[in-house]
Amino acid sequence: MKNWKTLAVAGAMTLTALAGCSSGSEDGAADSGDSGKKGSVYYLNFKPEQNDAWQELAKKYTEETGVEVTVVTAASGDYENTLMSEMGKSSAPTLFQVNGPVGLKNWAEYAYDLKGTPVYDELTSDAYTLKDPEDPEKVDAIAYVIESYGIIVNEKLLKEAGYTTDDIKSFEDLKKVADDIQSRKDDLRFAAFTSAGMDGSSDWRFKTHLANLPIYFEYQDKNETDTDAIEGTYLDNYREIFDLYIKDSTVDGKDLAAKTGDDSLNEFKQGDAVFYQNGSWSYGDVVNEETGLTDDDVTMIPIYIGAGDEATQGLCTGTENYWVVNKDASEEDIQATLDFMYWCVTSEEGTTAMADEMGFVIPFKDAKPSPNVFVQEDVKLTENGATPVAWCFTTMPSEEWKNGVGEALTAYAADPTDEKWEAVESAFVDGWKTEYELANK
Amino acid sequence: MEKSLRRYAWIFVLPTLLAFTIGFIIPFLEGLYLSFCQFTTVSNATFNGIGNYIEAFQDESFLHAGLFTVMVAVVSIIFINVVAFVLAMMLTQKLKGTNFFRAVFFMPNLIGGIVLGYIWQILINCVLSLTAQPVLALNATAGYWGMIILLGWQQIGYMMIIYIAGLQNVPDDLLEAARIDGATEWEILWKIKIPMVMPSITICMFLTLTNSFKLYDQNLALTNGAPNDMTQMFALNIFDTFYARAGKAWKGIGQAKAVIFSVIVVIISSFQLGYTRKREVQQ
Repeated sequence: MKNWKTLAVAGAMTLTALAGCSSGSEDGAADSGDSGKKGSVYYLNFKPEQNDAWQELAKKYTEETGVEVTVVTAASGDYENTLMSEMGKSSAPTLFQVNGPVGLKNWAEYAYDLKGTPVYDELTSDAYTLKDPEDPEKVDAIAYVIESYGIIVNEKLLKEAGYTTDDIKSFEDLKKVADDIQSRKDDLRFAAFTSAGMDGSSDWRFKTHLANLPIYFEYQDKNETDTDAIEGTYLDNYREIFDLYIKDSTVDGKDLAAKTGDDSLNEFKQGDAVFYQNGSWSYGDVVNEETGLTDDDVTMIPIYIGAGDEATQGLCTGTENYWVVNKDASEEDIQATLDFMYWCVTSEEGTTAMADEMGFVIPFKDAKPSPNVFVQEDVKLTENGATPVAWCFTTMPSEEWKNGVGEALTAYAADPTDEKWEAVESAFVDGWKTEYELANK
Repeated sequence: MEKSLRRYAWIFVLPTLLAFTIGFIIPFLEGLYLSFCQFTTVSNATFNGIGNYIEAFQDESFLHAGLFTVMVAVVSIIFINVVAFVLAMMLTQKLKGTNFFRAVFFMPNLIGGIVLGYIWQILINCVLSLTAQPVLALNATAGYWGMIILLGWQQIGYMMIIYIAGLQNVPDDLLEAARIDGATEWEILWKIKIPMVMPSITICMFLTLTNSFKLYDQNLALTNGAPNDMTQMFALNIFDTFYARAGKAWKGIGQAKAVIFSVIVVIISSFQLGYTRKREVQQ
């Protein structure tokens, strides 16, 4: 009798102890058991700013077809570790993202061959695919959004300073205009550039996006698309444009180390500066009722660095958002996922949501035009014969490389001497070589 | 009674043991196995021998992170415990408002490490720029002292509470006897109070030691290793090894580092426990 009592107490305690373990139910995990043969979709989304739109779209799809679609969005900057733990689960994502050839290296062996699938056939160009590192015939990933970045211009302020964007057609022009605005900063009450913040929320604009330009022009010269050792032939141009950013700025170079992405955005919103380097994804932040800026007040110009043929230089246009289908998912789930992707890029609802709600330009045949003025600017420039600058930064060897360049740039911004610039060059050129070797061992 | 207790002890241990096995032993063994593997997700590991350990020990950033961790740990352990003990001494005197001050000193402990890290980052950066010094992102020395201040601010209150509990348990008759025998306050402190609160000292030392070795969120928020990984501690270094470079080789190396790290923490803390335990006295 006593025995049973003791056992009962122990049993109850065990249950209580274990209850804590089971409460972490995964709302993200799609339950393939219930939906039977139909399969289900579990999409691990990379872009937090589009989470609501994806949830909405998934709900619509489920209403229309009865196929369950779960969209989970990883927190900003946490995609890779979220993906890693989700992929280890029994109900892993059926659809996930990689950011380019370097990101694909981790996940190539999980990728389903997309060649010949309906969604692949809808792509406007084969250039929007990533091939398997080991098998060039296999399509591991397809891009689903094309974005552009450049220098966002507040045309109202530019006019106040006596210029228009037509006056800026090269680096020389840009420097002239920016220096002039900066010299009259006190009268005009605005500076040329918003602060080039080197905080983690903002430094990617310079260590990744701006650094793309010297890499792009070097690749162009050598006719390559990737390299194991960068030479840094255009680093002097990189320095000149960065000098412009830090000198003709709203704040002192020493303060840049702690300036954030929001600081820079707010300066632009408040009209403290004319130029703001960022991309089409920031359209919603810049043009809205709160800022009072309308589509007519802003535009985007190419980032001129005084290299290549500046007359035909376009915006930096490309993608770091690729869809990968998990080949280890069940056959029904893979089919359901492919159907969902196809629906997103061809159906009326799907294309409308991607254009209007998410503000995307998608590289598929049925794409709807986006209301985003920066994207329209890219289309206009390309129609007028400009060549978009490709996104070569997806070939940067590792995050660690970017961090090295970023920290050297931060030190340089605080103390712009030749010595500090040499550290940037070393992080750029020598860092590339070491990181390339480390990342490929 | 004692006999049946002994007979059924295992049943009472069972719930905790089960939870401990599921929550700690199994993941630890799996982690140990993974440190000898290359993997992208835990379910597709391929065996790789001791290569990961060789790589980990050859990694200069790991050794630097270890050294920096030790530097932070040593100074913060002394700083936190001395200040906490002094505060506890002061707040066990018969003064007005001791309860209020106990609550005030304890409060920072209720705020999470990430939040504290960012708040202190703003404060320190502000002070540094007012005094025309390079800000945290460029200033490893400021980063180091910032970490110490942050840790102290967060943990002193907590340790103080433990010391207060210990000091209140020192029997009054002992103190009274000492005073009658003509002991000075200083002698009472060293010969009676400190030996009597040795159990509290053991606990506080253990907590501060393991806390400073395992430190991650405060480090991430305050400096994130800047400049150039100079202020990177063990845990942050391990995390960066996992995610800063693509390719499966790095996951295994990160895992090996994590195993080395836990072995170091276990060895140091058991050594410390043994050392301070020996100095505890029975009442």
